[in-house]
Amino acid sequence: MAEFSLPANSVIKEGKTWPAPEGAKRPKKFIVYRYDPETGDNPRVDTFILDLDDCGPMLLDAVIKIKNEIDPTLTFRRSCREGICGSCAMNIDGRNTLACIKPLDEIEGDVRVYPLPHMKVVKDLVPDLTNFYAQHASVEPWMKNDTPMPPDREQLQSKEDRSLLDGLYECILCACCSTSCPSYWWNSDRYLGPAALLNAHRWILDSRDDATGERLDALEDPFKLYRCHTIMNCTDACPKGLNPAKAIGEIKQLIAKRSS
Amino acid sequence: MNLRTPLSKVKGLGSAKEGAQHWWNQRMTAIALVPLALWFSFSVALIAVADFTTVSAWISAPLNTVLMILAICVGFYHGYLGLQVIIEDYVAHEPLKIAMLIGIGLLAVLFVVLGVVSVLKISFGA
Repeated sequence: MAEFSLPANSVIKEGKTWPAPEGAKRPKKFIVYRYDPETGDNPRVDTFILDLDDCGPMLLDAVIKIKNEIDPTLTFRRSCREGICGSCAMNIDGRNTLACIKPLDEIEGDVRVYPLPHMKVVKDLVPDLTNFYAQHASVEPWMKNDTPMPPDREQLQSKEDRSLLDGLYECILCACCSTSCPSYWWNSDRYLGPAALLNAHRWILDSRDDATGERLDALEDPFKLYRCHTIMNCTDACPKGLNPAKAIGEIKQLIAKRSS
Repeated sequence: MNLRTPLSKVKGLGSAKEGAQHWWNQRMTAIALVPLALWFSFSVALIAVADFTTVSAWISAPLNTVLMILAICVGFYHGYLGLQVIIEDYVAHEPLKIAMLIGIGLLAVLFVVLGVVSVLKISFGA
């Protein structure tokens, strides 16, 4: 059966509380999930207090400040700091989003920072995305073409056909959508999840790709595709404003269209 | 120890090449149930207080017989499809899952036959 209680070793304990900086005018409390697999201890939440007057505007600024000035053992991924690399996806204030484009002044009260939900945690805020990336690879996200390429020029695509890819090609694979999806939580071993399916749709719609039928064949499966119950958490979570739920709905429509 | 690659695990047994029919049937029965369920609820609410002969006569009316049988068949089929999805979603233990799927399938058939035979018996006045 589905497990509705946490295994003993994932019960989150109260961790360390670090003192507020002296003379802080705008103190803000950050409650941060910590887990170190090497100690064998349960996960814990540590509390940090930062002065917002002495901190950058985004959640990522706060997390970097904690690592630089308070606790250098805090572990997280980050790279571009402008919402295009997808590294710093985490659960902030109860929602999956990118730390680098989440303004601190949008968060009322204490700031809770957790790793992406229902993923194996490598350390602190770093989830294991191995399965997620394999799911992306499984939809074969590359051009598949039976027609030989023209020898003297690139393969052309009309402006209308190109515009079909808008809202799909922008996906940065941050995993905010898939890890917000209850269907993905319970069945990520078999359900491909919104991110992989949105990317599959990007190739299904590409006018230059000849493998549309094969791609639909590969997806027509009670678990790979039809675990989506249109919960819409994916669309709600996407920090890039994309709509994976719509993409999945369109895949289902295309499959239905083949047989009627 | 499992040394399969992550991609191999994701690909698993491959696509079942089905699921579309289930998805379609679930939606089709849902559409059919909009009028049927409305008719059924109002009718049952109205005849719940009536006596035996009135109810028998009401079910025996051809239109009511037909609608009642449709409501029973479509309702239980839709319920079966929905329960199947819930079980596949939440029951990860394979033997238990299979047992439950068999169980709800047989129960659905049993209830449909029970319901239809009851309506027909009343309708044809056995």
